[in-house]
Amino acid sequence: MYILGISAYYHDSAAALINENEILYAAQEERFTRIKHDASFPINSIKFCLKEQKISLRQVDYIVFYEKPFLKFERLLETYLSFAPKGFQSFKLAIPIWLKEKLFLKKTLIDNLKKICNDDNLVKKIKFSEHHLSHSASAFFPSPFESSAILTMDGVGEWTTTSMAFGNKNKLDIIKEIHFPDSIGLLYSAFTYFAGFKVNSGEYKLMGLAPYGSPKYKKLILDNLIDIKDDGSFRLDQSYFNYCVGLTMTSKKFNKLFNASPRKASEPLTEFQMDLAASIQSVIEEIVIKLAKNAKKELSVNNLCLSGGVALNCVANGILVKNKIFKNIWIQPASGDSGGALGAALAYIHLGLKLRRKIQKTDSMKNALLGPKYNQNEILKQLRSLNANFLTLKTDELIDKTSNALKKGKAVGWFQGRMEFGPRALGNRSILADPRSPKMQRELNLKIKFRESFRPFAPAILLEKVNDWFELSSESPYMLLVSKILSNKRVFVNNSKKAIGLKKLNFQYSKVPAITHVDYSARIQTVSKDTNPFFYKLTKSFYRKTRCPILVNTSFNVRGEPIVNSVEDAFNCFINTNIDVLVIGNCYLEKNQQNIKPNINYLNQFELD
Amino acid sequence: MSFILEILRYFKTRKKYWLAPIFLVLLLLGWLFVAAQGSVVAPFIYTLF
Repeated sequence: MYILGISAYYHDSAAALINENEILYAAQEERFTRIKHDASFPINSIKFCLKEQKISLRQVDYIVFYEKPFLKFERLLETYLSFAPKGFQSFKLAIPIWLKEKLFLKKTLIDNLKKICNDDNLVKKIKFSEHHLSHSASAFFPSPFESSAILTMDGVGEWTTTSMAFGNKNKLDIIKEIHFPDSIGLLYSAFTYFAGFKVNSGEYKLMGLAPYGSPKYKKLILDNLIDIKDDGSFRLDQSYFNYCVGLTMTSKKFNKLFNASPRKASEPLTEFQMDLAASIQSVIEEIVIKLAKNAKKELSVNNLCLSGGVALNCVANGILVKNKIFKNIWIQPASGDSGGALGAALAYIHLGLKLRRKIQKTDSMKNALLGPKYNQNEILKQLRSLNANFLTLKTDELIDKTSNALKKGKAVGWFQGRMEFGPRALGNRSILADPRSPKMQRELNLKIKFRESFRPFAPAILLEKVNDWFELSSESPYMLLVSKILSNKRVFVNNSKKAIGLKKLNFQYSKVPAITHVDYSARIQTVSKDTNPFFYKLTKSFYRKTRCPILVNTSFNVRGEPIVNSVEDAFNCFINTNIDVLVIGNCYLEKNQQNIKPNINYLNQFELD
Repeated sequence: MSFILEILRYFKTRKKYWLAPIFLVLLLLGWLFVAAQGSVVAPFIYTLF
């Protein structure tokens, strides 16, 4: 039996293929179309899943969409009605899209699926899950737990913005929900918008900005914008927001409260935005902790699963782990809407068809390595057609040469095996570097990623060494937990505490400055032999040479570009940035050996995020 | 036809019959916009819609 899950038409469209035994493949459409957060029908992702499994669409038994369009439309109409006549402008923009496409979703899906295969049974095969049920299913069913509490938090699905559920074996019951317009996802997005970043993509920037500021507006937020109860439930004062009826996230009253206007993208970041970021981060953490405490109290279980966009707030996740409310926590690596495709398929197989669940010791996500891969012959063929100059090396030699390059301070594009599913590069489509270099963070940001200098980089560390370097006590294979570096690895500089805002960047905070944020924190990825043996081997080789078990691991792309998918994407990114070395499969490429001129318009093709 | 059946099933499941006339009026109004516009542009906060 095959089940295909689909998420599309809002942001981060994706497809996932599962059978009764395992998760087979999953990929996001943006990786194929090269349009960041692409929301279009995931035709390429579906084709990839089917091709990889060597099946046709006719052999797929069910196709499950990750949310219910009628319920969403109901929310839309009721919202417009309750605010009428306000919101007419927004209504005028939203309704035509619904009437042309979204309301007749089944037909739209069939029309698109027919482009792949003219299957007469498509009408019967198509099913719909609910948005937060899809998130809950994506968090619980692949987890290593037999039973668990499940929390999902995001912007909004149909009506639900936050849910608490209980999962046991192949069952999953939603216990409590918080409904639109009360949403911590939208609250965070409102601050993202106010700080001058793009909604639905700039949330990471706001999180990265928080350690530069202090939470001086937290009280103002708690006194005016949001009422948080002891059980973590909350209510937003809608007079400060405009997302229900307008085309902006915040209202004039919000501006008045903070005595400012939303920052324009072209304006410089100031301490004000940093303090705002720190304040809202602190509020989010408070809500997440209260929700978790309440889930523990009501469900009396040791395990917690998390999903939804807010679960990508790894600072809040790290605090949750540190608080030890639950013994074990598992977070879906594709917690955003792309993971909804997987959740929809899993929800249908276990809840709809009631098939038993096979629980794996670590989890069932295959380290999130569920995307396309290229064998050595394909790599050789493609590199030759790109006129690349390269060496083909045996594995041991390749590892040795790459770790030497890293030790010398080179930035290495590392392309191996299957592409990651979800927003994080976990060592298969990564740019790697030496974390000990004080210049590396700035160099990587400005010369390779072409992004803001304040943004931090994440460490990939050998699992067995994590306790020697960080306060983290658990595994973090998906780079979803933030923890502080141990005090014996820190470097204390007298003036660093006096520095404010981005001036904090001028100091070195640890022995591995490239991955240590200004508050001594880092977003950790633990690398183990079992989950990614090849990446483990490289990190280990670097450790043997340097006694440093850590590599800088950032996604293989530039700002605004989706993570590279194909050999050609990787080669183009390598040629058009300051990456020194590219390793694809067993092929080793050095920049100074290439005869291809960079494309001066390379960066311009990707919209700023 | 299948769309009408599905929408009827939706009203039955959700028991929000009061929404039906509003639904109809808004649909008609919406169609007027579509006819007037020709092409549609996604609104700014697309996640909500």
